[in-house]
Amino acid sequence: MGKRIAKEVSIAVAEAVKQCRVDVIAAYPITPQTHIVEHLSELVANGELDAEYITVESEHSAISACLGSVATGARTFTSTSAQGLALMHEILFITSALRLPVVMVVANRALSAPISIWNDHADIMAQRDVGWIQTFAENGQEAVDLVYHAFRVAEDRRVMFPAIVNIDGFTLSHMIEPIELPDQEQVDQYLPPFKPRYKLDPRKPISIGPVGIPEIYTEAKKAQDEAFKNAYRVIIKAWDEFEKIFGRRYRPVETYRMEDAEVALLIMGSLAETAMTAVDRMREAGKKVGLVRIRLWRPFPLRDFVRAVKGVKMLAVVDRALSPGATGGPVAVEVRSALYQVPGRPRVVSFIAGLGGRDVTVEDFEEMADKAYFYLKKKPKESYEMIGVKE
Amino acid sequence: MPKGKDTALMSWKEVPFGCYILEPGNSVKFKTGDWRSFRPVLDKEKCIKCGQCYIMCPEPAYEQDEEGYYIVNLTYCKGCGICASVCPKGAITMVIEEV
Amino acid sequence: MLKELAKFKGFSAKNLPKEEPFAPGHRACQGCGEVLALRLALKALGMNVIAVSATGCMEIISSPFPYTSWRVPWIHIAFENAAAVASGVEAALKALKRKGRFPKNRRVDVVAFAGDGGTADIGLQALSGALERGHDFVYICLDNEAYMNTGVQRSGCTPYGAMTTTSPPGEKSIGQMTWKKNVPAIAAAHGIPYVATATPAFFLDLMNKVKKAALVNGPAYVHIYSPCPTGWGSKGEDSIRLARLAVETRIFPLYEVIEGKYYITRKVTKPKPVEEYLKLQRRFRHLTEEHIREIQQRVDAEYERLLRLAECL
Repeated sequence: MGKRIAKEVSIAVAEAVKQCRVDVIAAYPITPQTHIVEHLSELVANGELDAEYITVESEHSAISACLGSVATGARTFTSTSAQGLALMHEILFITSALRLPVVMVVANRALSAPISIWNDHADIMAQRDVGWIQTFAENGQEAVDLVYHAFRVAEDRRVMFPAIVNIDGFTLSHMIEPIELPDQEQVDQYLPPFKPRYKLDPRKPISIGPVGIPEIYTEAKKAQDEAFKNAYRVIIKAWDEFEKIFGRRYRPVETYRMEDAEVALLIMGSLAETAMTAVDRMREAGKKVGLVRIRLWRPFPLRDFVRAVKGVKMLAVVDRALSPGATGGPVAVEVRSALYQVPGRPRVVSFIAGLGGRDVTVEDFEEMADKAYFYLKKKPKESYEMIGVKE
Repeated sequence: MPKGKDTALMSWKEVPFGCYILEPGNSVKFKTGDWRSFRPVLDKEKCIKCGQCYIMCPEPAYEQDEEGYYIVNLTYCKGCGICASVCPKGAITMVIEEV
Repeated sequence: MLKELAKFKGFSAKNLPKEEPFAPGHRACQGCGEVLALRLALKALGMNVIAVSATGCMEIISSPFPYTSWRVPWIHIAFENAAAVASGVEAALKALKRKGRFPKNRRVDVVAFAGDGGTADIGLQALSGALERGHDFVYICLDNEAYMNTGVQRSGCTPYGAMTTTSPPGEKSIGQMTWKKNVPAIAAAHGIPYVATATPAFFLDLMNKVKKAALVNGPAYVHIYSPCPTGWGSKGEDSIRLARLAVETRIFPLYEVIEGKYYITRKVTKPKPVEEYLKLQRRFRHLTEEHIREIQQRVDAEYERLLRLAECL
C-alpha cells in the first residue's frame, strides 16, 4: 500500500496520471488547471514519465491532438478549465461519437464574462450533452482515485468512451491534502495496457469519421447512446474492482444522514464537507436534514439517485451554475425530470450558489435547508433562486 | 407514406463501431459511371501509350491492358473529358453517351 | 541540400508507383482538379501513411458512409484541426515506437489534407502550432480558392477580382476585393525544412515535391493549386489546361523553399498574359480591362519578388 502524504491535489492528480503510464499528453495552460500540466511537463522532462507532451497552441488543438493520438492507439490525457473547455466544445462531441477514450481532468471554473478564474460548474454544465463519462470529486483522494477509474472505464472495450473527472478549481485543485498514492504495481493490476479494438495503422487500414448521411445518422446515434448507457455497468464494476485492490469504495451517489431525512441538500463536487457540517448542525437543532452527493453525472445514475432520495419531502438542489431563463439550475432540472415519474417523489427546489468563487458557507446551506422547509408549506415564487447574492 | 426509418441503411445494432468504415477503398462498389453524358473513345492507331490519360484521370478510371494501352473503365468514368484534352496525340474523342 | 533528400532520385513517367491509395467511386465533380491533386499526392506517398483530413470537399466526397475511397488509414475530425489531429497521430507513433508497441523501423508518413479554407482561414492557427512544434508530418493544402463544398464562398485564398457567392461583383464591388493570402510564405516563415507549391498539370513535379515533403525530418508544407470547374465556372475538361496556364502566366509559380532557401522549380521566362487564364473562367467574366491590367501588374510584381527571394539567398 502506498503512503498517505500531504500533497497539493493537482500534483497528486498529475502523479496519478503518471502511474497510469500515459503515452501522450496534449494540453494548453489555463488557470486553475496549470499545476496539473506543469507537473506533468516536469515528469516528462525528468524522464520519470515516458510520454510525448504536445504543447499545443490552444485547447481546441489540445483535444484534437488527443483524438489523433488515441485513434493511433496511445493512452492519452488532457486537462483544462472554463474557457478552455468551452473552446474544446465542438470536438468533445466528436470524441465520444468516434469512441475515442481520452481522459481529461477539468479544474472547474466560472465562464466569462465578467472574466473569472474562480470556481463554479458553469464550464462543465455547458458540456452536459457531449457524451463523455463525467464524475465529480469531493476531495483530493477521490480526485486521484477517479483518474485511475476513468482510464480503466474509458478504455474498457465494452465502453470506449472518453471520460472527464471534475475537480473544483482552487477549492480542490490547489488544496494540500493527505493523499494516498497507491503503489505502481497496484495501479498496473487495476489498469491493463490500452488495447483498442481499432486503430490507425497502415497494416490494417480503416476510415474514421465518415459522412453520416440521413440514412445512417439516426442509427449511428442510437448505437452510440445504447453503448453509452451500457457503460454504467462497467463503471460500477470498475469501482467494485477498485475497492478490492485499493480498499476504497465508490458509488454513483453518496448519502449522508439520509436515514429519516425530510429535507435533503443535493450537491456535486467539493462542497460536501461544508454541507456535512451544516447537516450536523441542523440535526443537532432537531431538523431532519440530510445530504446527497452525485459522483457520477454522466451517464446519470437514475436508480441510485431515486433510491438515495426515497422518503424525502423536499430536495434542495444546490447548482453551481446558472442556466439563464431555464426552469432551474442544470442539476435541478435534471433531477426534477428524473423524479417526475417516481410515485411519492420529493418536491424539488432549485438554488444557485457559489458562482465565480463566491464562498458557500455552512450558514448558506442552513439558509437553503430552512427555505426548503418553508417551501414545503408555501410554493416558491420563482422556479430558481440565487443564494449568497447581495441585494 | 412509408415511415422515416424505412430509408435506413441498416439496423442500429449493425452500425459498425464508431461508424467506422472497416473495408479500405470500398467506394469501388459505388459506380460513378452513370454520371456520364460523354464517353471517351480511344483510337489505338494514334495512341502512343504515354499514359497521360491515366495519370491525369481524377477518378482514377484508367487501367493499362496487356498490350500496354490505357483503357478507360466505364464503371467509374464520369466523362469529364480531361483525358481527351491532355492526350498529346488527339487519340481520345468524347462522344455523346447513348441513353 | 538536406541529407534526407540526397538519395531521392525522383519519379519519372516510366517508374510511377502502381498503387492507388485513393480508390475510384468517390463523389467528386466531373473534372475535379482537387481530387486529382489528392490522388497524385497519395500515389507519391504510397501505402505506409496515416492520413488526416479536414472537413471539406475531399472529406465529403471520399467518405459517405458506408463507402470510403481511402485505402490507407484515414481520420477526419473537424474543419479547423487537421494539423492538430496529425500532431496527435505523430506524437502517438513516436511514443508507441519508443515503448515497443509499434515496430520501430516501420516508416509511417503522417499526412494532413485540408482545403484553402481549412488552411488559410479557420485552420491557420492549428497549422502554425503544428509547424512551430516541429512534428514530422506533411501538410498538404489543396487550394481551389474558395469554400466550394458549402457553395463557393470566398476564402482568404480567393484571388482578387473573383466572383464567389460571398464576394459578388456589383456596383460597389469588383468581386473579391483582397489579394490571395500567401500561405506558403507563412509556412516558410516558421523555419520548417520544406515548403513547396505544385499543380496537377505538372504531375511529376507534384509527386516529387510531396515525396520530398515526406522524406524530410520535421514539418513540410505543400500548397497544391486545384482547379474547381464547379466553383470557377470552367469546363471540366479544362482543369489541367487551367492548372498549366496558372503556372505559364506566373499566377501560380512553382517553387520550393528548402531550409529557408527559395528555388524556382519551373522558371517562366516568356509568360502568357493573365487574360488567357482569366477568360476561361466564369468567376472572372465581369472583370474590365482595367481590372485585368491591375491583376497583371500584381502578378508581375509578385513574380519579381519571388525571383529576388530565389536569387539573393
